[in-house]
Order: sequence, then C-alpha cells, then structure tokens
Amino acid sequence: MNQIINSSDRPRYINPYFGGVLLGLLLLLTFYITGRGLGASGAIKSAVVTTVDKVAPQHAESNTYMKSFISDDHSPMYNWLVFESFGVFIGGLLSGALFGRIKKLRIEKSPKISNKTRLIAAGIGGVLFGIGSQFGRGCSSGAALAGTASLSFGGLVVMLFMFGTGYAVAYFFRKLWI
Amino acid sequence: MGPLIPQGIIPMGWDFVIALLIGIAFGFILEASGFSSSRNITGVFYGYNFVVLRVFFTAVVVAMIGLQYFDYFGWLDLNQIYVLPTFLSPMIVGAVIMGVGFIIGGFCPGTSYTAIAIGKIDAMVFTGGLFLGIFLFSEFFPFFEQFYYSDNMGNITIGEFLGISNLMFTMIFTAIAVIAFYVTWLIEKRVRKNHEEYKF
Repeated sequence: MNQIINSSDRPRYINPYFGGVLLGLLLLLTFYITGRGLGASGAIKSAVVTTVDKVAPQHAESNTYMKSFISDDHSPMYNWLVFESFGVFIGGLLSGALFGRIKKLRIEKSPKISNKTRLIAAGIGGVLFGIGSQFGRGCSSGAALAGTASLSFGGLVVMLFMFGTGYAVAYFFRKLWI
Repeated sequence: MGPLIPQGIIPMGWDFVIALLIGIAFGFILEASGFSSSRNITGVFYGYNFVVLRVFFTAVVVAMIGLQYFDYFGWLDLNQIYVLPTFLSPMIVGAVIMGVGFIIGGFCPGTSYTAIAIGKIDAMVFTGGLFLGIFLFSEFFPFFEQFYYSDNMGNITIGEFLGISNLMFTMIFTAIAVIAFYVTWLIEKRVRKNHEEYKF
C-alpha cells in the first residue's frame, strides 16, 4: 500500500487548465448557439417523469411537479438535456477509449472500505444529489457552472454552498476517500 | 447575431443534433480531465488533488469573460441568454444537500455518466440513486411545494445583487480564481508529500 505507483502506470489526463479552457469555450459556444448552458441532472428528471407516466399515467398527471414536464405532443424524453446527456456518455466512451481507460466493470474506492460500503455510499450520494438538484434548480453543471458563467446569482449561490458544504462535512467522511 | 437557435438562424430541427454533439464534447472533456474517477474528484475536499477546482474555475472564467466580449462585439445578445432564476432559500438548501451527496457519493450527475462509460459500477449505483432521489422529490413535492417556490428573486444577476456591474464582478471573480489556483497548488504540494499515491 505504501508502494508508490510507477508514474507510467498512472492514468494520463489532459492538463486541467487546458481542460478548463476547452470546457469554458464549449460552454460559451453552447450559449452562443442555444441561448442556454450545459446540464446533466435534467436528463434523469425526464427519465423519472417518463417512467412514472408510463407505469402510472394518472399518478403522474396528479403530481403537480411531474405534471409540469408532461406534454401531450411528445414524450418527456424528447428533451434537449436528454440528448445532451446521452452525448456526455458517448463522449466519455470516446475519451476512455482514446486514453485506454475502458476496462472491465470495477469499483473505485479507498482501500480502507469494502466494496459494499462504497456502493451504499454511492447510492446515498446519488439520492441526495437527486433531491438537492431539484431544490437547487440544477446540479454542478446547470446551476453551478452554467449558472455562474451566465452571471446568475442563484448559480453562484449553488456553487458556493455546494462546495462550502463539501468542505464542512469532508472530515466526517474522510474514510471513504483517503 | 446570437443566440443562433432562438433567433432562428439555425433551424429548430437541428436542436437535438447539436445537443448530442455538444454533449459528446462535454463528456469527452470531463473524462479526459479525470472526472470519471471519484477519488480524483473528491481530492478537492482533502487537498490531494485540485483538478476539480482548476477545471471548474478556468471554465467559468473563460465562459464568463467570453460572454461579456461576445456581447460587447455585438455577436451575442446577453438579454436573450437564459439566466437561471434565483429562489434563494430553496437553492441554498438544495446546494447543501448536494454538497453532502458530493462527499458521500464522489460524483456529480455529469461526471457519473462518463464514469459509467469506462466501466465504474459505483457510478452506475450513483446514477440509480439520482433516479431514486428525483423520484422521491417528485412524490413528496406537495409537502414542500410552498418552500420550493419561496424567496423568488427572479432572473437576478450577480452584479444586480451586489450592486456592482457584472463586468466588475467578472474581474473580481477572475482575480479570486487566479489566487485560488496558486494557493491550492501550494496546498497540494504539501499534502501530496505525506500522502500515498492512490489507485484509480
């Protein structure tokens, strides 16, 4: 465990500032073309609404939140963020293939915890992120990144409180990571 | 003059094709920067890897300055850009919940999609959790509907809230970002000295 991994075994990532410039330019281009920024959690919301609408249409119609995303002309999946998020998956696949990071199914975790602990934590984290992104009107992409870049006050608030909370509680969950 | 699709310069029919292409570029950049690894991401909270801060702040600064220049050159009408509305208290609560989810789960939604692409089971579980979380939110929505719509400040910009021009804020934010890059570089050097390499 104390063994330092040979630097040639380390995954090759692009320079973070270069990645940041690329991401910033992409965000700028997205605003220029579509008038809106990037997003991610919205696609899952569409998937939730579509699933409930298929399984229990009356239930979906009676829910004031889900109802607002249901339209008679098309499925909730017929949505910009759904196509974009599908693209995010493909983009990850392309980059993973290019840099040789696509490997067999695996779990990434701290050596101090078991696979089970990691998966439970990942599930709980996902649930919390799902709930939080609805109150926050977006997640790290739509609210914190695109919101702040387009000078939305709410976007800045989400960014500050999300990362601020992360730092505030990091100590209690350190075993999960270090 | 942009934005191109809302102005009808690019027909609406191209909307989803463009969405897919933009998504591919987005996913590629996230994965190539190292965001398909939860231990890379959470490094920002423990000081051993500040890649999140570097990529995120650089991207915000580039896009923020770019938008102002595009507006100045008359290429883009900033009044037609979507400014996320502010519902102050619910957004603070949402961000706090997301912050806890971030530390426990190690991903945010966009990064989890790219991690699934390279075969991370924990990312699949995280995305399943997202689905469940949004479902629970929708189911219990009537209980907090009033809170959800409270504190509506409309499409207020940062400059409007602070009482300074948005250009001034852009300059301040850029300065903060540059300082943060330097300070976190110092912290990272110190932490890594006492830290074992971690496997990805």
